[in-house]
Amino acid sequence: MTGKNAQNCNTNYLRYVRALDPPTKHFKNCLSAFGVGGLICTIGQFLRYMLGFAGLSGDELAGAVSVILIFFGCLLTGLGVYDRIGRHAGAGSIVPITGFANSVASPALEFRTEGYIYGTAAKMFTVAGAIIVYGVFSGVIVGIIYYFI
Amino acid sequence: MPTEEIIEILLMYLKAFAVGGAICVIAQIIINITSLTSGKILVFFMLAGVVLTALGLYQPLVEFAGAGATVPISGFGYLLANGAIKGAEKGFFYAVTGSLSAASAGVTAAVVFSLIMSLIFHSKTKRN
Amino acid sequence: MKKGNTLFFKTRPRIRSYAAICGSKEREGVIGEYADITLSDDMYGESTYEKAECKMLSNAISLAVEKGALTDGDIDVMLSGDLLNQIISASFAARDFQFPFLGLYSACSTMSESMLLAAALIGGGFARNCVAATGSHFASAERQYRYPLELGCTRPPQSQWTVTGAGACVISADVGDIAILNATLGRVRDWGVSDVNNMGAAMAPAAADTLIRHFKDTGEQPSDFDMIVTGDLGALGSRILKDLMWEKGYDISPNHVDCGEMIYKVIEDEFQGGSGAGCSAVVMNSYIFTKMSAGLYKRVLFAATGALLSTVSSGQGESIPCISHAVELLSLSNGNGAAP
Repeated sequence: MTGKNAQNCNTNYLRYVRALDPPTKHFKNCLSAFGVGGLICTIGQFLRYMLGFAGLSGDELAGAVSVILIFFGCLLTGLGVYDRIGRHAGAGSIVPITGFANSVASPALEFRTEGYIYGTAAKMFTVAGAIIVYGVFSGVIVGIIYYFI
Repeated sequence: MPTEEIIEILLMYLKAFAVGGAICVIAQIIINITSLTSGKILVFFMLAGVVLTALGLYQPLVEFAGAGATVPISGFGYLLANGAIKGAEKGFFYAVTGSLSAASAGVTAAVVFSLIMSLIFHSKTKRN
Repeated sequence: MKKGNTLFFKTRPRIRSYAAICGSKEREGVIGEYADITLSDDMYGESTYEKAECKMLSNAISLAVEKGALTDGDIDVMLSGDLLNQIISASFAARDFQFPFLGLYSACSTMSESMLLAAALIGGGFARNCVAATGSHFASAERQYRYPLELGCTRPPQSQWTVTGAGACVISADVGDIAILNATLGRVRDWGVSDVNNMGAAMAPAAADTLIRHFKDTGEQPSDFDMIVTGDLGALGSRILKDLMWEKGYDISPNHVDCGEMIYKVIEDEFQGGSGAGCSAVVMNSYIFTKMSAGLYKRVLFAATGALLSTVSSGQGESIPCISHAVELLSLSNGNGAAP
C-alpha cells in the first residue's frame, strides 16, 4: 500500500493473523508429493523401456515419452480427475510434465464457453504461456552464450 | 532375460522414482513455505532445469535417473537448454532456434491434445 | 431517524416472503431442508455456469414474489447484485421481470446492503414492496477470481468455498412476520491483509467496526440478541472477529453465528467454510427467516461482510478493502406459529 493508505496497514494485526494460520501438514504433503511425483516418473521410465523395445532411441524416444505423458495429462484433465489428484498430491502432480499438460488443458476447457478462438485458443496459455516465454528466452540466452564460448 | 539385467531395470525404476519424487518434494517444500502458485512453481523449476543444464550439472542426473530427471518440468528446461547447446555447435542460427525445436514435441502435444480435449469435455464443477 | 451511521426505521418495514435456492453441495448441510429448491446438478440445465447462476437468482426472485402473493406489478423496485464482473447475473435476471432494477455491488455483503436500501426506500415512503436478492455460483466465481476448475492446484488451508446458491426476499411496508428495526451502514476497512485466500482475516475488522458502531448507536448490548449473524467470515475469520470484539469490551461469543461456518455440514478440516454473496443470502432466506417466522429467534442482528477486491487489484499487490452492513431484525411472531 502506498500514500494515505499506508497508515491503515496494521502490522500488529497482520502478525496476529499470521499466528492464527492453520498449520501446514509438511510431512503429509511431502510424502504424497514424493509418492505421486515418483510414480509418474516411474511410469515415464516404464514408457522409456517399452518404446526402447519398439526401436526408438535418443531424442525420438524422449519426445515420444513426453508426448504420451502429456496425452494422459490432458485426458485426465478432461475427465476431471487431474485436479482431484492435484488436491492431494500438491507438487507431486504439478511438477511432472503432466502438470504442464494440465495447465494448458484446464483453461482450454474452462474458456470454451467464450468461443473457440478468443476462448479456448487465446486462453490456452494463461498459465503455461509463462513457461514457454521464459523457457524460450532462457534457451536462447544459453544458446548464444555457448555459441560465443 | 539374465537376472543382472532385470535387477538393473528394477534399480532404474527405483532411481527414477526416488529422483522424480525428490524433485517434487523440493517443490512441495517451496509451496508450503512460500505459498507460490502452481504456475510460478512450474516456471521456476523449468528455469532451474535450464540453468543446471547450462552449467553441466543436469546431464549427469539424467544419465543416473532417466525419466526421474526428464519427466519433471525441470526436464523440459533440460531439453530446451540441451537443444540450444547442441545448436550452438552448428552455428548462430541454430543456437537461437535450437531450444524451441528441441521442445517442439512437448509443446505441440500439449496444444493439440488440449484442443481435442476441449472439444470433447466440459470443465466440471467441484464438490470438494 | 438517524444516529451516527445507523438508520432507524420508524415504520418497521417487514420481510413479507423469502425464497432460497442452493446447489448440490449446500443441500447436504443444515440449510438443505429449509431451502425452497435444491439443485442436484449445479448446471441447472443451462450451458454455462454463468447462465446457471443467473437462472438461480431469477427463480429465487420469482419464487419470493409468488410466496408473498404478489405479482410483478406490485413490486416497486428490485435491488440486487452478485460477484461477477459488471454484475451480469443480477442484471440478466432482472430482464425476466417487469419491475425496475437497481444494481448493487458490495461483494459478499450484497444481501444486507440490499435489505438496508429496501428498508430505507420503504421507510421513506418511496416504495411499498421491494425485492432484495443476491446469489453466487462456485464454478463461475472460481473461474473469475481464481484458476480454471480443472487446474490441479492445491487449496491453502485458510481458503473458503464459494457457495452455489441464491436468495431473495420481498420487503414490504406492512405485511410480514419479521420487522427491520434499524440498519448500520458499513465503512470500508482495510487492515492490510493482502492474502486473497484469507478473506476471513481481511473481513473481520470491517465486521467488528460495523458491529461496534451498531451497539454504540443503538445503545444495545450483544446479549440483547438471540443471534448475531455474520456473512462469510469462515471459522478463522469468526475467531478473529470474536477476539476483536472482546478487545473492545463486547463479548459476542455466546450468540455469534457465521453463515460460512454453518452452511456446510462437515467443514473439512482444511477449509474454513463457505463464502460468496450466496452464502449469507441462502442461509438468511432459508434457515434463519424460517426460524424467525416461527418465533424461535426473536431478535437477530445480521451483518454480512464483503471483500471489495478484484483480480486486477490483487495482481497489483493491493491489500483487500472490506465492508460490512448490519441489519437488525425482530420477529413479530408470538412463538406459537409453527413447530420448530
